[in-house]
Amino acid sequence: MMGSVEDPARWQRGPDPWGHWHRGPFWLRNRGNGGPLRRDPSERLAGGVAAGVAAWKGINVTTVRIVFVLIALISGGFCVPFYVVGWLLIPAAGEDTSIGSRARSDAAGIALAAGLASLLAFVLFVGGVFNDGWIASWAWPQTVTVAGLALIWRNASPDEQATLRRLVEPLGAAGPSRPGRPGRRSVIRLTIAGLLVLGGASWLARGRESMALLRPLGGVVLVIAGIVLLLGPWWLRIARDLVLERQAKVRAEERADISARVHDSVLQTLALIQRRADDPQKVVWLARMQERELRSWLFEGRAPGEPESETTFAGGVRQIQQDVEARYGVPVEAVMVGDCELNENLNALLAAAREATVNAAKWSGASVISLFAEVEPDSVSLVVRDRGQGFDPSAVPKDRKGLAESVHGRMARRGGTADVVSADGEGTKVTLKMPRPATATAAASAPGGRPPEGRP
Amino acid sequence: MSGVPRVVLVDDHGLFRSGVRAELGRQVEVVGEADDVQPAIDLIASVRPDVVLLDVHLPGGGGQDVIEAIKPVCPEVRFLALSASDAPEDVIAVIRAGARGYVTKTISTLELTDAIRRVAAGDAVFSHRLAGFVLDAFAASPAPGSVKPSFDPELDQLTSREREVLRLIAQGYTYKEIARELYISVKTVESHVSSVLRKLQLSSRHQLTRWAAERRLT
Repeated sequence: MMGSVEDPARWQRGPDPWGHWHRGPFWLRNRGNGGPLRRDPSERLAGGVAAGVAAWKGINVTTVRIVFVLIALISGGFCVPFYVVGWLLIPAAGEDTSIGSRARSDAAGIALAAGLASLLAFVLFVGGVFNDGWIASWAWPQTVTVAGLALIWRNASPDEQATLRRLVEPLGAAGPSRPGRPGRRSVIRLTIAGLLVLGGASWLARGRESMALLRPLGGVVLVIAGIVLLLGPWWLRIARDLVLERQAKVRAEERADISARVHDSVLQTLALIQRRADDPQKVVWLARMQERELRSWLFEGRAPGEPESETTFAGGVRQIQQDVEARYGVPVEAVMVGDCELNENLNALLAAAREATVNAAKWSGASVISLFAEVEPDSVSLVVRDRGQGFDPSAVPKDRKGLAESVHGRMARRGGTADVVSADGEGTKVTLKMPRPATATAAASAPGGRPPEGRP
Repeated sequence: MSGVPRVVLVDDHGLFRSGVRAELGRQVEVVGEADDVQPAIDLIASVRPDVVLLDVHLPGGGGQDVIEAIKPVCPEVRFLALSASDAPEDVIAVIRAGARGYVTKTISTLELTDAIRRVAAGDAVFSHRLAGFVLDAFAASPAPGSVKPSFDPELDQLTSREREVLRLIAQGYTYKEIARELYISVKTVESHVSSVLRKLQLSSRHQLTRWAAERRLT
């Protein structure tokens, strides 16, 4: 109980860990505070009982601690429960009620404490049958300790629970490790336990001449079976209640996570939308940004703002859609049929498509741009289309780089084609087509390939 | 059918229902609203609308449950699926149950009214998303043995013309624009789309049956 626990609060008052402002002999720290006995959480190592007593009687806290440890050792562990009971019954400084009075209304906690105590008592009883009783005499009072700690665990304030957790941590490491993660340590433990049981059983079986010795053992087994039958269901129920409680906690945490996410993104966007209600284009843009963010979080498990590097063609098209929508505020409807891995040719195709889409967003004045991508066994095609004002391709000066270099040039260098159809007032349609090398065709023609991507 | 189509709205979001009702205004006659599978079935059976605007997801099941319950009772009622769903399997399942089309909830009022009229007249309505789904489902050549022997192999693949039409729909073309682009009449476009719908509903292709089966299991 008195292990060394790092408590930052202890060090905040000065570099002298032995207490402070002491006048006279070191074991007298101060005059007693004269008030009622209170535990002192700010000075605690475990429950702050020693610190409370020290403050109450005006003794140096370290002296009290040494006395406590000595009493515990001399009494053979018999006095440890008193410490726990003190922890339970003495209210912490600044609090009106003790943990014990709070625990009285915690039915599940009382059941848990009683269950743990009876479990320990049962183990000790079984152990006592085989042992000379030394361990038992030391350990019996700890049934009270365990029950008391269980109650404290459930009813203490959060920072006291944290202290308790730190105290119990070394024990927890030796005990069963977390479910679903059988660490190397637990494997070793299980192996040793299995070897012990096997060895004991074979030793018992070999010693046939000592059958007489087995008779009391049989009796013990019967008693154990009886106790397990009597108390087993109860222990099981307690264990199940604990599991349920933990699940409820996990659910609550998930809920908190979701509501935090909804607050961060959706509610913020809704607030923005209300403020921008007079600007329909902005409202549409905000709504689409939010929709896309929410969808990628819900269906693709991608947190907003998470950097993404696309490795597939459909992912690349989606990226164009997102970027153009975000930068130019023009909705882009993307429909994708099939998918395949990206390669240099397809990167060039995507770059050309991005240029065409950006052009449409900047110049066409269309309210929406359509992106249609199709991966076929022998080629990949991508159509960028708008219903905007259009232009006359033949009237574009040859030195205008955008279309010539970014779209036509990119495609031609990789063996692809670009076809631009546009007329004044009739919108523009850019059709890009890139052949696929024969080796890559197998993947694309696999049945049931990726479902189409896009947005409604 | 005389005058404006009579429409029932089935969607579990009251806000969305009232929004659609307000948007549709006089274009159609909204004769009822329902928010779940069973109320929808009861309502449709009693008011017998021309068109049911049906949400793909309902608290008590999928939109296809409504279609399957109504079909034997009043086969003349037509369904238009409506969803914010991104999942093709949800949409395909409703289409295979018998819906005559699918539009997304972000559709403009004008397009929605047009789609309702079209469905009421017995035509199929493919949004650009649905066209993408269908192309994808029919695109991959099925692995040998994965397709059940079909009573009509024609059903298992699209003609190149149908594919062409679907591609243009996926690019956001209207039927009129498609007709002009392909030098065919709007009626022909409609018949191509109806034919695709029929194949979608009857084909035994691997992907389609798998999608449908998965939905029935859940």
